[in-house]
Amino acid sequence: MADDKGVLVYGECVNGGLAAMTLELLGIGRKLADDLGEELAAVLLGEKVSDLAEEAIRFGADKVYVIESPLLKDYVTDAYVAAMDKLCQQVKPTILLMGQNAVGRDLAPRLAFRLDTGLTTDCLELKIDPATKLMVQTKPVYGGNALAEIICEQTKPQMATVRPKCMEPLQKDDSRKGEVVAFDAGLDASAIRIKWLEKVKEEVEGVKLEDAEVVVCGGRGMGSPEAFDQLAQLAKLLGGALGATRPPCDSGWLPTTSQVGLTGKLVTPTLYIGIALSGASQHLAGCSGSKNMIAINKDPDANIFKVCQYGVVGDYKKVLPPFIEKVKELLAG
Amino acid sequence: MNLIVCVKEIPDPETPASAFAIDPEAKRAIPAKDTPPVISPFDEQAVEAALRMKDELGGKVTVISMGAPSAEKVLKHTLSMGADEAFLLNDGAFDNPDSTSTAYALAQAIKKVGEYDIVFCGRQAGDFDAGQVGSGIAENLGIPSVTVAKKIDAGDGKARVERVLPDGYEVVEVSLPALITVSSELGEPRYATLKGIMAAAKKTVPVWNTQEIGAEPSKVGASGARTKIQKLFIPVRESKCEMLEGENEEEAAAKLALKLREAKLI
Repeated sequence: MADDKGVLVYGECVNGGLAAMTLELLGIGRKLADDLGEELAAVLLGEKVSDLAEEAIRFGADKVYVIESPLLKDYVTDAYVAAMDKLCQQVKPTILLMGQNAVGRDLAPRLAFRLDTGLTTDCLELKIDPATKLMVQTKPVYGGNALAEIICEQTKPQMATVRPKCMEPLQKDDSRKGEVVAFDAGLDASAIRIKWLEKVKEEVEGVKLEDAEVVVCGGRGMGSPEAFDQLAQLAKLLGGALGATRPPCDSGWLPTTSQVGLTGKLVTPTLYIGIALSGASQHLAGCSGSKNMIAINKDPDANIFKVCQYGVVGDYKKVLPPFIEKVKELLAG
Repeated sequence: MNLIVCVKEIPDPETPASAFAIDPEAKRAIPAKDTPPVISPFDEQAVEAALRMKDELGGKVTVISMGAPSAEKVLKHTLSMGADEAFLLNDGAFDNPDSTSTAYALAQAIKKVGEYDIVFCGRQAGDFDAGQVGSGIAENLGIPSVTVAKKIDAGDGKARVERVLPDGYEVVEVSLPALITVSSELGEPRYATLKGIMAAAKKTVPVWNTQEIGAEPSKVGASGARTKIQKLFIPVRESKCEMLEGENEEEAAAKLALKLREAKLI
């Protein structure tokens, strides 16, 4: 195992550029690599992705592996796992990082089992233990009620997927130099048991919950589907998205796609506003990564206040209309 | 169709945070007194996915869980929903597993059950949210895996699966046998009927140990784990909530808006 060396980041391309998630991974990957005194590499997979290799170097990578193949045009588990397996067998990274996103959720577990190593998903924090040189991986468990520090002692690479918007990207440095290596994964089409057929985009009105900088959430205490119109108005005013806890969705007041929480969407906005919701851990699991949180609730002991910076105790029916008016006034002035 | 579903018993995710406690030594949650454990929500949807397929194509639904003796209740629940048989993996050697050793034990149990066309799992368990065991079972069984499914149609030795994406979904076709993990977008699981509950009460849930599933002791429980929890703790919230008050609601609301402006959040 002594020959395992360096940090490898799984890179993704979106709309002709590197994904925000990838820049965040390069940020934390750089830090981990520096703490170990080792190299940071990135890998890009796709049909044609080599154009973005230099970009990964500008954001912190020392080396970029490029794996191009028509079989990697769309994400298909079997093909991507086979390619990453082959690369890891050869490069032998000591740490491998991916995003906790659509691809990472699927690829990382299957790859970890193929490599017979340990993986921690949905990490909020990663650091090197100075004594053991192992990566300490912190993730929320039990619906965010607790945090676990997890280590992978016996096997390499130590694998982690990282929650979006938890890590800072580096400043882009156009003068950075690095090495770009084309890697032949030798993919065998006959070993691919999954056929990608099509992607169906479901256009949502307004801003998407997961991408929103402002999220306004309502709970059971809203009392009716009509009451959510006010929240929608507030969300629109702030250029944000409307969400809800589970009970309003279970009651059909809002579509299930609006549910924020363990069994719904994970949101990480700059501002979260929780109205007439208690703050059950089920819900907090989906929003506790928000940068700033405020709440309006008539119960001063409501759990939601425990995670908020500011709160107003009161009936939302009385607090919300003047709040919306004041926000309008401030935005106008 | 021979359908197998793997389910997990977890502390109720709706447990209020105030009733939540952990044992830092054992590194696990202390069961809340008034809130009994439940089937992990996504796993219940995996059971629903299997039952819908059985409704349409016929066949048999087998449910497997690895856990404490109390997990029998969770398995009985799946029988009352309409599953045909259930098995519990319980053995001291299974204790303190991670995703790797859990997937191995479940895969061994699946091999013991024998014939299967599709293995269903929830997309992740509602306690540790790892989302790994499904893929791990597939890797152990050497079959393809499709994760985060919301709709599954099977026929002609293939399944057409709609996978949830942040901005819609994608459609893939997978050869069977395969493993599919199910997401909440599948829709509400069915309620147990009275008839189902009565039928479930009459069924026994056999318990299997390491030997009975033909597992190597070094690969189950803590021995087979690849990851280790070195610390489990309840985070101290750094932010203290500042309650904004005023003569009336209007004033408090205005103060709240001003705070947001001060913090440059609006």
